[in-house]
Amino acid sequence: MKEALKVPTIAELQAQGISPEVLFWVGCAGSFDDRAKKITKALVKIMHSAKVSFAVLGTEESCTGDPAKRAGNEFLFQMQAVTNIEVMNLYKVKKIVTACPHCFNTIKNEYPSLGGRYEVVHHTQFLKSLLEDGRLTIEGGQFRGKRITFHDPCYLGRANNIYEAPRELIKKLDAQLVEMKKSRRNGLCCGAGGAQMFKDAEPGNKDINIERTEQALETKPDIIAAGCPFCNTMMTDGVKNKAEGQVKVKDVAEMIAEAKDL
Amino acid sequence: MTFLPNIIFGLILVAGIGFFVRNIQRLRRNIKLGVDIPIEGPSKQRWANMARIALGQSKMVRRPISGLLHIIVYLGFIIINIEVLEIVIDGLFGTHRIFSSIGSIYGILIGTFEILALLVFISVIFFWTRRNVIRLKRFMSPEMKGWPKQDANLIIYFEIILMGLFITMNATDVQFQAMGSGNVISGFIAPLFEGLPLHAIERTAWWLHIIGILIFLNYLYYSKHLHILLAFPNTYFGSLKPNGHLNNIESVTNEVKLMMDPDTDPYAVSEDGAEVPEKFGVSDVFDLNRIQLLNAYTCTECGRCTSECPANQTGKKLSPRKIMMDTRDRLQEVAKNIETNKGKFISDGKQLLGNYVSNEEIWACTSCNACVEACPVSINPLSIILDLRRYLVMEQSAAPVELNNMMTNIENNGAPWPYNQMDRLNWNKE
Repeated sequence: MKEALKVPTIAELQAQGISPEVLFWVGCAGSFDDRAKKITKALVKIMHSAKVSFAVLGTEESCTGDPAKRAGNEFLFQMQAVTNIEVMNLYKVKKIVTACPHCFNTIKNEYPSLGGRYEVVHHTQFLKSLLEDGRLTIEGGQFRGKRITFHDPCYLGRANNIYEAPRELIKKLDAQLVEMKKSRRNGLCCGAGGAQMFKDAEPGNKDINIERTEQALETKPDIIAAGCPFCNTMMTDGVKNKAEGQVKVKDVAEMIAEAKDL
Repeated sequence: MTFLPNIIFGLILVAGIGFFVRNIQRLRRNIKLGVDIPIEGPSKQRWANMARIALGQSKMVRRPISGLLHIIVYLGFIIINIEVLEIVIDGLFGTHRIFSSIGSIYGILIGTFEILALLVFISVIFFWTRRNVIRLKRFMSPEMKGWPKQDANLIIYFEIILMGLFITMNATDVQFQAMGSGNVISGFIAPLFEGLPLHAIERTAWWLHIIGILIFLNYLYYSKHLHILLAFPNTYFGSLKPNGHLNNIESVTNEVKLMMDPDTDPYAVSEDGAEVPEKFGVSDVFDLNRIQLLNAYTCTECGRCTSECPANQTGKKLSPRKIMMDTRDRLQEVAKNIETNKGKFISDGKQLLGNYVSNEEIWACTSCNACVEACPVSINPLSIILDLRRYLVMEQSAAPVELNNMMTNIENNGAPWPYNQMDRLNWNKE
């Protein structure tokens, strides 16, 4: 077991009378999925290096309810939402950063009507703002000159019109950003959204993640960049089928952390 | 006797407009079968959306070829119809080309109409070719068989005939040709009619042209072509929220609050007399909101939504266009039922879910908003799909087994997977 990362919970900080600048909403994937945990840790390391005062809810965090809502279970969604909102309002949370576009969308767009009003940013937006404030520097490192294509997560892109933040970060890595034929608002879904992640696909002639991976591989990338833990899983699976060992799927935060050797 | 044509014209005009008004009233009645929802957000922004998306065709041109062709037909439709004003005045008062007295502007005006008529003529021939010769994939989907295909072609034939009649009527108008101004296209056609009874042909073309317009006006209610009118209100009523926002169900919030608050008396009668809704989610058109029903009437079945849909692209049964077509078909069925039963709907044992849209279709959706983004007139098929899911899950507990497992996990341990909530921070130690 490696040395534990210093990750304060909001409860600990408030006991010491500290209100953190931002709450890091880790999300279920970020907490439990082996692949996504790496993204979580990368983001934590970056925040440490940028001296961001942050905290997590830890065991007080619970699913936002997004997959339940998209599966049609408004009851379960609202139970989850109301509980989470109660916890966050108790801690007087003002600003939230998350690496999951689904959590991001739900907290930003669907919690307000249930009494949860926060400033919510996706981690790529947050990292971009740290960069602009001079708190974070991004070096190219091992990514200099690499061909990187960015897969737009639906819940970041079309759902919330955020297309540029992740791209600007990738460009800062001195990488060569190559666009797929279908990108930005025309981007193809990875196949995980709307609770599809948790069920088998309906009968068809192809898996959506394979289709999307093929589109990504057409750009002859070294790396497929993602900004969502679910897209990451889907694209990683796709690459396993198509170009195992040749192309890597990485979250934007992971690349920044690796380039900084964090 | 000399007034007979004027009287006949007046009667035809009154009948045409009368039927059209009746169709609009039916449309209003049908849309009002849906749930009334508050229209949120500033109207200024709504007008701006309408100006940009409907009037300005901003989303049409995202596909340049069909976008350009469409703009020609759209402009032609609006501008050439100025001519209808003159036709109506001439028809009612027995005048001939009443506006020709305004001088050289008249020539410019009619000349513009003629050029546009030719461009429209060419454009719709392209449209016809795309549907019938090139057979673009999005026009060949299963839901496009039968009436939808015929409807699309009929509209094209209508337009070809109307444009043809307009040019013919100008070409055979001796007086107009003699003016030598404005006959920029018809001047070339005129020689073809030499030696023929020009006046009779001109009159026939004139009458058929205006009758054709009135028939077309009344065809709209039965056709996908309603979009020429409804694109405007539909873009006005389109959501101003981010696409990712899915509405909150207020009645569920009330129940959730009851469950969460230990002090509430579950048997208490609510003060505002709010009734518990009959059902959660949507199983039939009556449960949809009015904007969703307006969406269904506005859909012109272009299929941009379906061609962008990840489920459809990978061979799944889901087609967002079909969801809209099914909604409209069911609504029309309900409307007919109401009409035959003297204003009351008598249950026909059918509903949108099951009889029109299958569970397989709605479970294939990834909620990616590609369909919403693709629609040139702000239709939201996703909202209907998710409302149908809500009914299946909350009323029928009919979610796929894996989704039930996922939801049980969320309920029990606050994550879609069976991990203990107390282990949520363990990543930090690994």
